[in-house]
Amino acid sequence: MPTVIESLNNALRSSLEKDDKVLIIGEDILDPYGGAFKVTQGLSTSFPDQVLTTPVSESAIVGVATGLALRGFRPVVEIMFGDFITLAADQLINHATKFRYMYNDQVRVPIVVRTPMGGRRGYGPTHSQTIEKLFLGFPGLSIFAPNIFTDPGDLLYKTIFEVDDPVLFIEHKIQYTQYLTLQEDLREFRRTRIETDEDDSNEALQDFAYPVQLSIKDSPKPDVTIATYGYMADLCQQAAVLLAYEEEIFVDIIVYSQLLPINVSSLRSSLLKTGRLLVVEEGTITSGWGAEIIASSLELTGDNKLRAARVASKDSPIPAAINLEQDLLPGTDDIILAVKMMV
Amino acid sequence: MNLAVFLLGNLWALRRTATNNFTIFLNILRNIDVPQMIKKSELIENTRDDSFYLSMLRIRRFEEKVLAEFSSGNFRGTTHTYLGQEANAVGVLEELDKNDIVVSNHRSHGHFLAYGGDMRALFAELMGKSTGICGGRGGSQHLHWKNFYSNGVLGGTSPIATGIALAEKIRSNNTVTVLFLGDGALGEGVVYESLNMAALWSIPILFVIENNHIAQTTPIDQNFSGDITRRFEAFNISTQMIDSSDVIKINNVAKQLVQMIRRKSKPHAIVINTQRFGPHSKGDDTRPDEYISELRLLRDPITTHGGRLTAEKLAEFEREVNLEINESYELAVADPI
Repeated sequence: MPTVIESLNNALRSSLEKDDKVLIIGEDILDPYGGAFKVTQGLSTSFPDQVLTTPVSESAIVGVATGLALRGFRPVVEIMFGDFITLAADQLINHATKFRYMYNDQVRVPIVVRTPMGGRRGYGPTHSQTIEKLFLGFPGLSIFAPNIFTDPGDLLYKTIFEVDDPVLFIEHKIQYTQYLTLQEDLREFRRTRIETDEDDSNEALQDFAYPVQLSIKDSPKPDVTIATYGYMADLCQQAAVLLAYEEEIFVDIIVYSQLLPINVSSLRSSLLKTGRLLVVEEGTITSGWGAEIIASSLELTGDNKLRAARVASKDSPIPAAINLEQDLLPGTDDIILAVKMMV
Repeated sequence: MNLAVFLLGNLWALRRTATNNFTIFLNILRNIDVPQMIKKSELIENTRDDSFYLSMLRIRRFEEKVLAEFSSGNFRGTTHTYLGQEANAVGVLEELDKNDIVVSNHRSHGHFLAYGGDMRALFAELMGKSTGICGGRGGSQHLHWKNFYSNGVLGGTSPIATGIALAEKIRSNNTVTVLFLGDGALGEGVVYESLNMAALWSIPILFVIENNHIAQTTPIDQNFSGDITRRFEAFNISTQMIDSSDVIKINNVAKQLVQMIRRKSKPHAIVINTQRFGPHSKGDDTRPDEYISELRLLRDPITTHGGRLTAEKLAEFEREVNLEINESYELAVADPI
């Protein structure tokens, strides 16, 4: 199995090969450097006319990509660190995601803005955050986040070609060197694809970005439903193993690949069995993706006995020192503790 | 439709076609390297003068109608009128070909009308009608029709226009993208990010800075340091400054710059020192009335250019434009929501 970086890099290579309207735009992405996290390595050598290195100007990079997209290109932007997406917020919020609607559907803006979020590398307060939650309230934007249980490259490739509206594609720095684990039988787990609920499907929800459910094989009735995405899915899986063997507590983990539009119908079947929802994310706990998932689940199920809890980062800037950072960011122990408190 | 309006519309279309054909003809001559200057006939010169005047008058009367009717409740939201600045849009956009692109700002009505946009559809857009340019979704500041785009966030359009022009360059389309910015937008950082890229990548774009010396209510001496021209030149973008509301003078500069951009595929800028006669939006002008009266006396592009036309023509155009305005307005009022 390839690593996440190899998977993403292959997807970009295939995209450039397939269509010369795909352009990759970003800072320091040319060879021999190939990008700060090497996702674009080798691409500028093979496709010199389709890979454009830029000044350090996140706002204009996204704006230029939007202009290109308005005129028929399919640009893929790399923002070096997810934290810097704030610099492009106006371009995303007041330009890229507005044009199709305010121009009365006369235009499309197919841009993909890729960026790595997440801590655990000691990069400190401004290079470690998980801030995609800031963009959850903007219709017209789709947010995707790959995980190792579904194919990140496939997700990226389809995002580039099948989504005609602006996309934020949220990667995680720790994910990059991980190997994909895509088989149906995942050691003690069974991985199943969750189909989108016909009743409340939003047209911006992409079939190719289906959530998957991870459950311990042949387990009794699950106790808790966990909703999560990205790298945290990996930690949830580790926690689930320990909970099963040491505590005989069983969880269903629903791993999302698309964060926006919010989709909670995928939780319905598991919630009917558990009545308990734990949301797990790496961003700060206040006003997060998880809070929205809980609120929407309550509305969906109408179950006033539904118990819900959140595992997320404490509300604090992220320190550089390893011991301080470990204390702040949610880990496997936090997930185990939260599950135990719910049952 | 009223016969006079119908005739005027056709006359208008014919004039534009004639001008475009003439431009194409000129380009053909240029391409085969004919050394001598083409001397324009008197006929074409007159036609162009008429066309400039009509185009400016249509914008003037449109904006006056919008301001006058706001209290009637037919318009919603806000508006930013182009009164006093008409020569900028008309003088610059006259030089564009069909496939060229215009990116406009919050003060977009004049740009839109000079681009050739439909008056009734613009009225309808401001009224939130389904027949509006964007079905009423965009309103005054958010227009898109053919190759015309506007957005109401100052300066934010700079990288959009740069990206559009980059797309054109990659496709070797030999078009020009025109971006309108006001002096107020020059406070936004993203403008300078875009200037850097435009120069770095030799992008075929014309930055048109309409310096009306006031950003909403703040005069330029309270929000601007240095020199506008030198800001552009610092990025190696050759820039011409013109202090005039004469459409002919503005057009002459624009003509030269548009030709250079088309020939060499690189960015240029034109800074037009202009004057806004109306408020920023509706009733928010803090400048004294006497000051505005003086501006109208000294800097009115319509009076200035009107001096080149006969009194009979002026009266005829006035009558025709007023007919068109009233007809378009009434049609838009009657349009469905």
